[in-house]
Amino acid sequence: MSRKIRVLVAKPGLDGHDRGAKVVANALKDAGMEIIYTGLHQTAEMIAESAVQEDVDVVGLSILSGAHMTMFPRVMDLLREKGAEHIMVFGGGIIPEEDVEKLEKIGVSRIFGPGTDTGKIVEFINGRFQDED
Amino acid sequence: MSGKKGFEEGKRKYLDSFGKGGLLDVDFTTVSGAPVENLYASDDIEGLDYMDELGFPGQYPYTRGVYPSMYRGRLWTMRQFAGFGTAHDTNRRYHYLLDHGQTGLSVAFDMPTIMGYDSDHKRSEGEVGRCGVAIDSLRDMETLFDRIDLAGITTSMTINAPASILLAFYLSAGEKKGTSFEKMGGTIQNDILKEYIAQKSWIFPPEPSLRIITDILGFCSDHVPKWNTISISGYHIREAGSTAAQELAFTLADGFAYVEAGIAAGLDVDKFAPRLSFFFNAHLDFFEEIAKYRAARRIWAKRMKEKYGAKDEKSMLLRFHTQTAGCTLTAQQPENNIVRTAFQAMSAVLGGTQSLHTNSMDETLALPSEKAVRIALRTQQMIAEETGVINTADPLAGSYFVEAKTREMEAKAEEYFSRIDELGGVVKAIEQGFFQMEIGRAAYAYQKAVEAKKKIIIGVNALMVEGEEIDIPLLRIDPEVENQQVKAIRDIRAERDNDKAARELERLGTAAAGGDNLMPVMLDCARVYCTEGEIIEELKKVFGEYEEPIFL
Amino acid sequence: MRPGYDIPELLERFKKGQVSAAARLITILENGGIDAEAVLDGIFHMTSNAYRVGFTGPPGAGKSSLIFRLTKKFREKDKKIGIIAIDPTSPFSGGALLGDRIRMQALSDDPEVFVRSLASRGSLGGISNCTDEVTDLMDAFGKDLILIETVGVGQSELEIAEKAHTVVVILVPESGDGIQAMKAGLMEIGDIFVMNKADHKDAELAAMEIEDTLKLKKIADDAWRPRVILTSAKEDRGTGEFAGLIEEHRVYLEQSGLFLKKRRQILFSRVKNALMDKMERRLRASESVKNIMADRMDDVYEGRLSPFRLVHELEKIVTIK
Ligand code: B12
Ligand SMILES: Nc1nc2c(ncn2[C@@H]2O[C@H](COP(=O)(O)OP(=O)(O)O)[C@@H](O)[C@H]2O)c(=O)[nH]1
Ligand SMILES: [Mg+2]
Repeated sequence: MSRKIRVLVAKPGLDGHDRGAKVVANALKDAGMEIIYTGLHQTAEMIAESAVQEDVDVVGLSILSGAHMTMFPRVMDLLREKGAEHIMVFGGGIIPEEDVEKLEKIGVSRIFGPGTDTGKIVEFINGRFQDED
Repeated sequence: MSGKKGFEEGKRKYLDSFGKGGLLDVDFTTVSGAPVENLYASDDIEGLDYMDELGFPGQYPYTRGVYPSMYRGRLWTMRQFAGFGTAHDTNRRYHYLLDHGQTGLSVAFDMPTIMGYDSDHKRSEGEVGRCGVAIDSLRDMETLFDRIDLAGITTSMTINAPASILLAFYLSAGEKKGTSFEKMGGTIQNDILKEYIAQKSWIFPPEPSLRIITDILGFCSDHVPKWNTISISGYHIREAGSTAAQELAFTLADGFAYVEAGIAAGLDVDKFAPRLSFFFNAHLDFFEEIAKYRAARRIWAKRMKEKYGAKDEKSMLLRFHTQTAGCTLTAQQPENNIVRTAFQAMSAVLGGTQSLHTNSMDETLALPSEKAVRIALRTQQMIAEETGVINTADPLAGSYFVEAKTREMEAKAEEYFSRIDELGGVVKAIEQGFFQMEIGRAAYAYQKAVEAKKKIIIGVNALMVEGEEIDIPLLRIDPEVENQQVKAIRDIRAERDNDKAARELERLGTAAAGGDNLMPVMLDCARVYCTEGEIIEELKKVFGEYEEPIFL
Repeated sequence: MRPGYDIPELLERFKKGQVSAAARLITILENGGIDAEAVLDGIFHMTSNAYRVGFTGPPGAGKSSLIFRLTKKFREKDKKIGIIAIDPTSPFSGGALLGDRIRMQALSDDPEVFVRSLASRGSLGGISNCTDEVTDLMDAFGKDLILIETVGVGQSELEIAEKAHTVVVILVPESGDGIQAMKAGLMEIGDIFVMNKADHKDAELAAMEIEDTLKLKKIADDAWRPRVILTSAKEDRGTGEFAGLIEEHRVYLEQSGLFLKKRRQILFSRVKNALMDKMERRLRASESVKNIMADRMDDVYEGRLSPFRLVHELEKIVTIK
């Protein structure tokens, strides 16, 4: 039966930079995935709850405002609390190298920075889920 | 052979021989995807009427520049956008920039300030001082301009939804130094329409937002005559992904919408229009950009005169600030960004800008470091001092190519104006997502063009360096900033006269619900150290909050 | 990489009210096959109490925005709400941008509201093939009211009438929606007609046009007379009254005994449709059908055998006792 990869693309915090998030959402859609875009100014709580209700496979956070060290851990914690630690969390934006390492340590699976080819993002997700079908 | 016949013959021969030896396999369109010919000649600017389309610098329709002497009379203002951490941190940066020859100041605020939250608000967690300087009250503003003479310099503040409040803080800070309102010059961005369209830092719905703006227009024309009350911005529209023509058209459409709002509020167009200024992007496609600036001046002048009945020449002048395009800069081989920025800055100068910010090479990595910002400033200084381009006003006028492109830009803008009119004007078009969808589509199309290598970005999809190590210093924001700022705001609430603060806030609420100009009360709120967040909360009670109609 | 699942364990957690279990069960229903059947078997006995409201109307009319407003109103009355929002799957990529949720994000901190976005996937029109089952699941999860938003284009918008107790048709003053609605047959299925965006000009006029059209319909005296209402989701106007109308229709159905009848109709058509579906799938998969066709199509191509004759032959291998 048809089985689709479902992705929640979210903009946490006060950040208004949405060009990248929308580009990524469109690229994932064109790669055959089902995308739920939350819109701007989301709290970690809103993101985690949406992810659970939508039973997404992936949560992608786009953060260019420097609030990543607050937002990523919060979303991860809330997902765990809601029994959804299986959801893969990754993201992109302006995130310094040293913070990328810290985020990967707490379980963020990958950070894609400026200049990323969206094909790479698609490849990465497909790579994670390809053993399925 | 000469004359018309000769021209025809020459052209035919030229077209026959064009491409004979083969052509490069390159996408020969502008960075906006607009087609460009191999050659432009006199027939591409047929019927060009010098006085009607160009005029002399300082003369209607100002295509060749807004001042007769242009840069021989006065260089553009070198104004680097700066702000990070606490007011104290940023004050130090301002002194550094001024010491290095910068001629104007430009404040970058942090996200909580931009969105109207105090530093101790729950929604501010993790965001304080990270994207700009944290300003909660008059106290922070006083620190920000410590040891800076506000009569001797102009300051631009990139603030929109809460612009009235930060203007009140600024004016009060000057007042406390003994500088009168008439002596203070500067700019608030205060362009809410492009917030809904591109920058996405709104607070109130359009209607009350426009009311606040017209209050500012009215107040400043009476009391702060040197203040630029709206900086109508294409920069953000372009950075969100639009094409050059969209930037031009949407920005001017916003400008006209403000003019209409001012007129509808009963203001005399010649009283407020001279204080409107513009803010454009300097992107990579050199000639397309120059054509854009020239077309902008021409369209504005003609419409202001013909449609809005402006009599004062100053109402027809389109003065503009320019910032080089941050979105063209790369995380890969960041030093290359210095070169990109230099080309972009040059286009702005050749296009006749009044003020310029050049981006730093570390644009994609962090807020600019001292070293990076100095190089960026030096780039402008080199253009001014070393290249000789300042000698002549509008040096590219008369170029077949540039004049044809200028016309083309104008025509494309006019097409967009008609579509916006059909949708019922700018606010209605925003509600229907027209701008947002146009921009989103252009942004995605560009991304795909880059990924297909139709558009080349050195270091990103060509000429990459494997395993590159970034080797430039980066600015880090100390996480302690947030705690300091939270403590400072608690101190203020403990020290000020809270009864007075509450009374002024109540007065503000009453003025908002009624029709009085908000600025005088806003100043009173500032003077008794009401915080930005408190003022916004009070206004939200009356004005409500905007909800974005998102379109994908 | 996606974790496997254990249906009995999920059902256990579902019964305890865990949102994550309910959400995963919906995914299984969406993906179809025998697992989906097992899920439905596991929850069907828990259904029947929820009231189902379908929302249709052209894209952009304000379906999602109004559902958001209505949900707020129903929450004041402490009703537990399930929302199923369907968006189209791209025929080119098979992907989808599910955009309805954006308008409802402010509900996500309310534990009694469950919003699920579905892509239309294989379905030809306005709803997803698993809409019935997902509705059942929300019903079994204890929701009082289930609001179903269709894609809003295409013929099979009409299908919503087979799935909902109340059908709401949402229109806007612009672009002569009323006429479009008539053409698309929406006039026949609507119980409530909403003229949204009443903050725009001409809304009242457009609403009157709909009223006039409805007057032409022959309706028995004791039958429900479709109602027309003006709303503005933007300004939250008319939305309380709108919620009231839905309630009124529900009471009407209950008192007239039509509620039970409708429920039966819905289930009847579900069984029929599921059967047809299954039969079709079996036929498509049948080796003998494939073989016979491979053998005999040449006769059809060359005019020796009419299509009907061949079908008669094929029919012989299908045995329905
Ligand atoms: C465009 C831009 C803007 C536009 C935004 C328009 C819009 N609607 O998006 C405008 C001009 C409005 C703007 C404003 C501001 N900006 Co700005 N902006 C940029 C800029 C130049 C480019 C960002 C961009 O869109 N790039 C193009 C897209 C396609 O790339 P991207 O977003 O990086 O996305 C790619 C990857 O990151 C990744 N990705 C991104 N998201 C996701 C999500 C997922 C799930 C995945 C897998 C991948 C992924 O994949 C994408 C494709 O390659 C950056 C600097 C830079 N060059 O990166 C500064 C930058 C982000 N801005 C900055 C700042 C400070 C601001 C302001 C706060 C300035 C101020 N004080 O007023 C304002 C406020 C904006 C707001 N409301 O939030 C800073 C942030 C500093 C920091 N974090 O430390 C930056 C880094 C510039 C700088 N060095 O100072 N900005
Ligand atoms: N002016 C106005 N706009 C509305 C109203 N209701 C919805 N909208 C806007 O119309 C657009 C489409 O709304 P949406 O709920 O997504 O429509 P749907 O496609 O039918 O679900 C959005 O931009 C909404 O903000 C209304 O009553 N008045
Ligand atoms: Mg919708």
